Amino acid sequence: MTSVTRNRLIAVGALLVAGAALTFVAFGNIGKNLVFYWTPGEMLAQGSKAYGPTIRLGGIVQPGSLKWDAAHTHLSFRVADSDKPAAPSVLVKSMETPPQMFRERIGVVVEGNFDRSQTFTSSRLMVNHSNEYRPPKPGDGPDKWKTTVSAPTAEAR
Amino acid sequence: MISTVGTALVLGGLLAAAFGAVVGIEGGLRHRPGALRIVLGAVTAFLVCMLGANLTMVYALVTHDFSVHYVAQVGSRATPLVYTVVSLWSALEGSILFWGAILSVYVFAFARAHRDHPPTNPLLALGTMLAVGVFFSFLIAGPANPFGRVTPVPPDGPGPNPLLQNHVLMVIHPPMLYLGYVGMVVPFGIAVAALLRGQLGDAWMAVLRRWTLIPWMFLSVGIVLGSWWAYAVLGWGGYWAWDPVENASFLPWLTATAFLHSAMVQERRHTLKLWTLSLSLGSFLLTILGTFMTRSGVFNSVHSFTQSEIGPTFLVFLGIVLVVSIVLIAVRGPLLVPEGSLGSIASRETAILLNNLLFAALTFTVLLGTVFPLVREAFSGVRISVGAPYFNRMAVPLGVAILFLMGVGPSLPWGRASPDTLRRQFVIPAAAGVAVALICLLAGLRGGLTLLTFGLGAFVAVVTFREMALPVRVRMREQQEPLARAVWRTATRARRRFGGYVVHLGVVLVFVAIAASQSYVVHTTATLTPGKKFQLGPYTAQLVGLRNGVDPHRRWIAAEVDVTDGAGRHRLLAPRMNFYERSTDPIGSPAIRSAAFEDFYLTLLAFDVNTPSASFNAWIFPMVSWIWWSLPLFVLGGLFAAWPERRRARADSTDRVPVPGDARSPGAAA
Repeated sequence: MTSVTRNRLIAVGALLVAGAALTFVAFGNIGKNLVFYWTPGEMLAQGSKAYGPTIRLGGIVQPGSLKWDAAHTHLSFRVADSDKPAAPSVLVKSMETPPQMFRERIGVVVEGNFDRSQTFTSSRLMVNHSNEYRPPKPGDGPDKWKTTVSAPTAEAR
Repeated sequence: MISTVGTALVLGGLLAAAFGAVVGIEGGLRHRPGALRIVLGAVTAFLVCMLGANLTMVYALVTHDFSVHYVAQVGSRATPLVYTVVSLWSALEGSILFWGAILSVYVFAFARAHRDHPPTNPLLALGTMLAVGVFFSFLIAGPANPFGRVTPVPPDGPGPNPLLQNHVLMVIHPPMLYLGYVGMVVPFGIAVAALLRGQLGDAWMAVLRRWTLIPWMFLSVGIVLGSWWAYAVLGWGGYWAWDPVENASFLPWLTATAFLHSAMVQERRHTLKLWTLSLSLGSFLLTILGTFMTRSGVFNSVHSFTQSEIGPTFLVFLGIVLVVSIVLIAVRGPLLVPEGSLGSIASRETAILLNNLLFAALTFTVLLGTVFPLVREAFSGVRISVGAPYFNRMAVPLGVAILFLMGVGPSLPWGRASPDTLRRQFVIPAAAGVAVALICLLAGLRGGLTLLTFGLGAFVAVVTFREMALPVRVRMREQQEPLARAVWRTATRARRRFGGYVVHLGVVLVFVAIAASQSYVVHTTATLTPGKKFQLGPYTAQLVGLRNGVDPHRRWIAAEVDVTDGAGRHRLLAPRMNFYERSTDPIGSPAIRSAAFEDFYLTLLAFDVNTPSASFNAWIFPMVSWIWWSLPLFVLGGLFAAWPERRRARADSTDRVPVPGDARSPGAAA
């Protein structure tokens, strides 16, 4: 074996080791940082697997479930799969000020963790507006913004 | 009428591209110089058709011809003219059409620039680029046709996505990114030509390097502008979220940057040929992957993946390009024999090689995190995403190592460095780095990684300035030139070196700014009634009141907030919420009080006009604006390096600045 071939073999070997190490570390890290997208029904079906990982829970704010605490700092509400009363739902607690659009029956995505007490602690509350632009439905006149301005605030508070 | 004209032009472009691709590749493989004239004709026809199709669409948009499918989708009579023109690239079909136009301009510019080059290589390269053109014109003519007809003709349209009409940055950011993305077609064609011929000479390598530099510069600008837009418009209080769309633009930038460095080793040492070419092919593949990810809607849900009409087409094209690339590398790669060897461990080659490995590792980890959810979803149907902590944990150490190498590489000579050289080159910059880190520590700043970044930033800055100043000093001494002239002369005699160092300074700015703004950010939320205050750091914010107003295409509500800084200076900030007539969701506009060392960033979260009251999100981001200040450096450095050298400059390059001992001033000939 000439010294050139030997050096080359050492280099290739070192690269393979480095590559394997990187892959190992990367996959380990990915496993710890996965974010799951679940609806309340899907999350409850996971059982104890749902305790721990970061979850983006998507659903609808259940009518009549919106509550503020006395100091108006803690918000709690239930997120449900749909607006049918029997739909599976989860209690969500949030310390964040909700965005303007937040109100009952609106689609929301809350990011946070679920625990054994069956409470979802939210660290981020987003109103679920579609990323893609959708054309207005017939009847959505230009005055519609006025109702979105005045109505939700009163309900959310 | 317009639909017919547009479709006809696209089909014309498709024919021209297909014809040129076949003639070009065939003529190149059989060494028929005469084919070049025919291919140049096809290139011109492709250009005319693609530009014509785009102008037709702009005309349809401006005249509000809602019988055209795309206009009915994004047009609106209420939209201001600028945003109407811009809506050419604000939705899927239009942006693909715009892609086609940029592609044709690039191919045309390349053809013009290398008419006089020995024709075999340009034939193969142009043939390859036109083959890519075939795919895109097919896409425009078929699955993503914006010229479809709508019946009955609607009286008005919804207007472009409100987010895209909210800020002027949206006018420049996408074209920059497209110029970067599409431009990668050119180095791809050049690299394929080299592989098809099985040889890569110095002249062709210089062509490849210059044509990578141009899209690289646009891509850099596009990425920085994109993060600026995210910061100034989206109002979530950040500039980079490791979102798939962001990663899509970052990945080809990484491989192209790696290429620009390994190309130096290639030119200097005539080795790493295959690796260098692979990086070119990889950059193009990643731009196609990126376009696929951002344009097919795969990241919204599985359903849009199957429903989207261009997704599968893109996937097929991606597969074809991947297979062609791998086959070319496997079959033709062995023909590219290295004509030199790498130097010793302590040499610039080794530093660049390490830099390339780090860039490859970074590309791998970002790519893995980006496509992992897709693959997992495709196989198990579980919807997941990879959280930002993964990317931060992986990318930060690699980034810091790359920053370190940015100081090491330019300090090392090609070939071999003696221990004496090493000492002389490193003592002062290393001392500067340690000093800066210590000063920051004494000033009360904490965080090991952050201080390390600051120290390394200083180290790299000192090295870079020294490498820029050294030849200037030599010139001033030996040629008796005044300072300004000596600077200009050294800069223009070694454009790529000078440009490269300017870019390095920009990268240092970005690193320092990211480290500071991520580590020392402060955040709070507050709900205020008029007259009430909240405090964040040295700033006091007091709600003055709510105000509303009307623009032609939107209404808005602003909360006026009097912000006082630590020195007692007042400034009125007015974060707003905009209501677009045709959109039900309000779009926020943050208000930013920017200073040299920190930004006070305020967004309106919610308001109540009856009480009245308003809720805010407020942040202090230290040094964040330094990221945007890197822009002029990227542009200046990129332009300087890519600027064509005049023939005269080549002729007198023999009287290169004399530098005592190659080992002492390693950068001089880079």
